[in-house]
Amino acid sequence: MTDKNLLEIRGLKIEGRRDGKVTEIIRGVDITLGEGEVLGLIGESGAGKSTLGLASMGYTRAGCVISEGDIRFRGENLRNLDAAAQRRLRGRRIAYVAQSAAAAFNPAHRLGAQVTEVPVLRSLMTQPQADREAISLFEEVQLPSPVAFGLRYPHQVSGGQLQRAMTAMAMICKPNLIIFDEPTTALDVTTQIEVLTAIKKIVRDHGTAAIYITHDLAVVAQIADRIKVLRYGEEVEEAETARMMAAPRENYTRSLWSVRSFRKQAHTDAQGQPLATIENVIAHYGELKVLDDVSVELHRGRTLAVVGESGSGKTTLARALCGLLPSTSGQVTLSGTSLAPSFRGRRRDQLKSIQMIYQMADTALNARQTVGEIIARPAELFLGKTKPQSFDRARELLDLIGMEPGTFLHRYPGELSGGQKQRVSIARALAAKPELIVCDEVTSALDQIVAEGILKLLDQIQTELGTAFMYITHDLDTVRAIADDVAVMHRGKLVRYGPKEKVLTPPFDPYTELLLSSVPEMRCGWLDDVIESRGQTATA
Amino acid sequence: MARRIGKIPPTAAFGIAVVTTYSVAVLFAPVIAPYGQTEVVGAPFLPWSGEHPFGTDNLGRDMLTRLIYGARNSVALALVTTLLAFLIGTAAGFVGSILKGWTDMAIGRSVDVLMAIPALIFALLLLTITGPSLVATVLVVALIEGTRVYRLTRAVAGNLVVMEFVEAAQLRGESLWWIIRRELLPNATAPLAAELGLRFCFVFLFISALSFLGLGVRPPLAEWGSMVRENATLITYGDITPLLPAAAIAILTISVNFIVDWFLHMTSGLEE
Repeated sequence: MTDKNLLEIRGLKIEGRRDGKVTEIIRGVDITLGEGEVLGLIGESGAGKSTLGLASMGYTRAGCVISEGDIRFRGENLRNLDAAAQRRLRGRRIAYVAQSAAAAFNPAHRLGAQVTEVPVLRSLMTQPQADREAISLFEEVQLPSPVAFGLRYPHQVSGGQLQRAMTAMAMICKPNLIIFDEPTTALDVTTQIEVLTAIKKIVRDHGTAAIYITHDLAVVAQIADRIKVLRYGEEVEEAETARMMAAPRENYTRSLWSVRSFRKQAHTDAQGQPLATIENVIAHYGELKVLDDVSVELHRGRTLAVVGESGSGKTTLARALCGLLPSTSGQVTLSGTSLAPSFRGRRRDQLKSIQMIYQMADTALNARQTVGEIIARPAELFLGKTKPQSFDRARELLDLIGMEPGTFLHRYPGELSGGQKQRVSIARALAAKPELIVCDEVTSALDQIVAEGILKLLDQIQTELGTAFMYITHDLDTVRAIADDVAVMHRGKLVRYGPKEKVLTPPFDPYTELLLSSVPEMRCGWLDDVIESRGQTATA
Repeated sequence: MARRIGKIPPTAAFGIAVVTTYSVAVLFAPVIAPYGQTEVVGAPFLPWSGEHPFGTDNLGRDMLTRLIYGARNSVALALVTTLLAFLIGTAAGFVGSILKGWTDMAIGRSVDVLMAIPALIFALLLLTITGPSLVATVLVVALIEGTRVYRLTRAVAGNLVVMEFVEAAQLRGESLWWIIRRELLPNATAPLAAELGLRFCFVFLFISALSFLGLGVRPPLAEWGSMVRENATLITYGDITPLLPAAAIAILTISVNFIVDWFLHMTSGLEE
């Protein structure tokens, strides 16, 4: 029985030790994986997915210890092997693909050299053999000009290409097992589909077993044979993909499945004077034109979603609106008055009216200021409050965002979770009592359940205060959830703009069509359908 | 924090002990010293005795007394100069990194010009122009060492000003001073504090070197650098007395470095 299974994990427990405190990260999980089988691991952040993925290689991060259980790879218990024997397995028989390929590749070496490093180092191949193998793998993952690709440096290729190169790197020793740790989470939908296609194809063609870690159900449904749901380091349930999608047994799984169903109530129609307008704005980064004649309107109590892939100019549009990137021509107006192109030329009450919330709360909040100081400052500055008054305002706002003021007022951002940090950013933006809030990918770095909480909070704020939102995102599900108006951007141009119902109903222009069809759907076989239909259009 | 301070490494403990001793000498020099610093108490170059523990110098002044007063003149002067260098360097670095553009360019390139000239020669040149007064020495050394502080500050601040919390502060219309004080400075304390310790040593050595050349602290005030020079002839007779002020300089710089290492280690969060 043991011989048939490639990987067998029994009763695995992993403890994290920090400052003398012991926390259980994995509390007794079993995994059985046959040759060529793909297992999807899914759960919220902190569920222990990545820890479990690394443990499948017999590896733990610094500060983590495997306290109990067996990890058998082809019948051999990895826990009994010494470091040298484990190293012989890793990279050769078990490979790992990390979430951020950009951070995992060394920027100072050519891609080819990095991809071929392991087989040459382990004397499995000579350099010319490894180079040939790399080229054929580059071809398999559909990288452009496979022969020349290995000569490039990581910064010379796109994020999606880098992720595919990493998959090729993992495959080069023909391993029996690959662990994919959120390989597409950081990518746009249009890029994600390329990477998914490449991963699916290569895993199937080589009959490699894989553990695919993600928090995106729709993605895992395309790749995995079986899905295991994790929560707090414990298994919630495991089943064949089809059955899991159709009839999840546990409540928790059902809640994961239903996250994508949030829709806000329709707000007031766009009527009367717009609160703010962006008119024929053109902007440049140096010589490069990044915004090309863009015009949109923002209305009180409504949300304009700006959607597009990275590099489409959607964040630039927000920066032009805020005055962080002065536009070269065109104008931005607020309540009928024209604003100076640069924020330095704007009046304080104008600065107060437009507030911004960033994607990465980690860099948006000063780690050396307490939550109270962070939220109180805009109130003090813009509303002319005294220090104690501004702290009262901070307390009110913490209440509003659902964080207990007594507990959180004097904490530092480092002591908060990702979702809490984002809530503090929202409170800071609200402290100034703005009329318009610009949200730049505010939920992209959060997992679905936390993100839904943030979206609901923004919706509640809009209902209560009538704030206008400009919401920048690459996620079309979010657009469906919260938008009243939608602007689709591509290469600095507005390709489609109007009320949500109109923008998201056919007939589509080619780009919007591509964008919409690239969003993974919550059903098995969606990826195959898309590949097939695109293949047909390509050959036709 | 308290737990960490509980286990001070021996090197840092040594450093702290030395710095404390020196501080006492700086603060209470007139009380501790047996004689006045310019008082001639006997014949020149008297050997070590109960009356004069380290003998007398080339003019017949008590060596121990001058060592104690030397701490006051040398250390206090170096401290003032270092602080001034930090004021110049950090202000220029932060302002340049926030304002960017021409201001940053102007400051950066002027510093490059200053740094291109060897420090000692440049100092000698400037002091020839101004004349060798105490104030001039402090200002010249602070300017030269300030360029090094600027380089560090500009590098650290360069990484900080691109953070979104600084952008958010700018969007709020916060003043330059507020951004430096509340957003940048708290995030730059660790490297700047480490630099402060190191820079103090360099300034100290620089002033001693200038004094040795006769351009720093003017006689008859006691200063360790010039005390080495004045009594250097004794070495030829096999007397180690002139090495005492030199040793005082060496021990202080080593001690300060021990403390800096310890501080760096603590703030970097590395375990043993």
